[in-house]
Amino acid sequence: MSTTEQNLPVKAFTRDFNFYYGSFHALKSINLPVIEKHVTALIGPSGCGKSTLLRSFNRMHDLYPGNRYQGEIVLNPDNTNILDTRVDPIEVRMRVGMVFQKPNPFPKSIYENVAYGLRVRGEKSRSMLDDKIEDALRGASLWNEVKDRLNQPATALSGGQQQRLCIARCLATDPELLLFDEPTSALDPIATANIEELVTQLRDRVTILIVTHNMQQAARVSHYTAYMYLGEVVEYGITDEVFLRPKKKETEDYITGRFG
Amino acid sequence: MNSIPATTVVSDRLARNVQRNIRERAIESILFGAALVSVLTTLGIVWVLVSESLNFFEHVPFSDFLTDTMWTPLFSEPRYGILPLLMGTITTSLVALVVAIPLGTVIAAYLSEFASARVREIVKPFLELLGGIPTIVYGYFALTVVTPVLQAIYPDLPGFSMLSAGLVMGIAIVPYISSLTEDAMRAVPMSLREGAYGMGSTRFQTAIRVVIPAALSGVLSAYILGISRAVGETMIVAVAAGMQPNFTMDPTEPAQTISAYIVQVALGDLPHGSIGYQSIFAAGLSLMLMTLLFNILGHVIRRRYREAY
Ligand SMILES: Nc1ncnc2c1ncn2[C@@H]1O[C@H](COP(=O)(O)OP(=O)(O)O)[C@@H](O)[C@H]1O
Ligand SMILES: [Mg+2]
Repeated sequence: MSTTEQNLPVKAFTRDFNFYYGSFHALKSINLPVIEKHVTALIGPSGCGKSTLLRSFNRMHDLYPGNRYQGEIVLNPDNTNILDTRVDPIEVRMRVGMVFQKPNPFPKSIYENVAYGLRVRGEKSRSMLDDKIEDALRGASLWNEVKDRLNQPATALSGGQQQRLCIARCLATDPELLLFDEPTSALDPIATANIEELVTQLRDRVTILIVTHNMQQAARVSHYTAYMYLGEVVEYGITDEVFLRPKKKETEDYITGRFG
Repeated sequence: MNSIPATTVVSDRLARNVQRNIRERAIESILFGAALVSVLTTLGIVWVLVSESLNFFEHVPFSDFLTDTMWTPLFSEPRYGILPLLMGTITTSLVALVVAIPLGTVIAAYLSEFASARVREIVKPFLELLGGIPTIVYGYFALTVVTPVLQAIYPDLPGFSMLSAGLVMGIAIVPYISSLTEDAMRAVPMSLREGAYGMGSTRFQTAIRVVIPAALSGVLSAYILGISRAVGETMIVAVAAGMQPNFTMDPTEPAQTISAYIVQVALGDLPHGSIGYQSIFAAGLSLMLMTLLFNILGHVIRRRYREAY
């Protein structure tokens, strides 16, 4: 298993990774490690490629024609290059969960939303489902709020609850890596605080890669931060270092708000 | 000095305002008139159906109409029980829907979730073409192609049958169901699909477990429209199902539907003004009430299952 200089296990990393939307070169030669059981934040101005990079980790770009990956994204412990054409994107998504910018619960009950991934994986035993669903909902700090109405439609929940439900939906299948794309940008401050708290709790359980446009959020929840600009990772390091002693001028300008 | 040009400007503007108001009013009344035409037409049809039916029911007891199992307006002792025609209508419609709903849904799911843009561009015009074929052509297709093929498999099948007419009617309805169902499925936001794929779903799982449930209100509306079409469809059944009222729901038998009966009378088998002639209004009213029922049902379903994404 590969490790960094500090001998930390690397859950995933990109090697000379490039991405193209048709002819548009959106990501340029990205080399980024994602340390296991830690939170890595992607920050940078709007349009710099944060979502594009995040969505490469579960091959979400495969859904749309004309997109092209180049280079490698390696998932450990098996050292699999998930961009290899022989790798089935469904296998990748079975291992890598994703939480989106806008909560997107399925038009089903709360219970069935969390059961979804398990059912897709062929789980049928009701008692097994019940257990895992309670576990996942507890893991997403939602159990106490919904335990008496598991059969109600998920769309009846508040935005913050819906987002935690989407997190529970991922947790139910024990993902190795969890991707968050600005998970709080559609939420009010209290719901945002809840999600941040949750990310902090989850970091012992699962490896997290989170995109955020909110620098305070990155500082609060992450161990490592990558600053991106115009499709490149400009600076990567321990979050405190990046925020307190940025090595690059561009990073400093962005962090101190002198940016555009 | 100053006040004079100022007032002219104001009055100028007023004049333009008045002109614009008049134009707006004119456009509004034209639009209102157009809406009125359709409302008045509907009311007129209902008025004719109801008043002529009332005439009819002065001679034929309402209870006979609903319970008698014979419909024999041409006999010397005519009987007017709607049940045989109703059963013909229901049976042919059921056969059609058994074909049209699964086929229409599968085609819609394929076009919306699986087909590439290229394939969609090729297939969709064909479906539109299928929807544009006159139903009389379908009727003769049923009679001269489908019935002989069915007879090769099942030799006892008569030359006219509800099975043959229903199957072909099903094919004729497929484009309506598939195109509305596809619209409903394509209206499902991409974020839901991404959620499903993100959980490791296959395309098929995404379509069946997420997209169709999310599009349910639209899909059910498409089915309801298909049912209305089947119930009201005339030429295919008139040509291929036979013209004999038949108190049966066995699709391998010939039978007459309500709509086919109306055609038969309208073609001049019964003299104007006779009770037999007036029976078409009672039959037409029954048909309209059935369609209305389905429309109301569709409305209720749309409200009940409308999804807030
Ligand atoms: N589907 C797409 N097709 C073409 N260009 C895209 C597409 N999505 C994003 N882009 C472009 O790629 C760049 C990076 O976008 P994105 O990853 O969404 O940025 P961020 O998440 O950092 O705001 C932007 O310039 C954006 O305009
Ligand atoms: Mg983004």
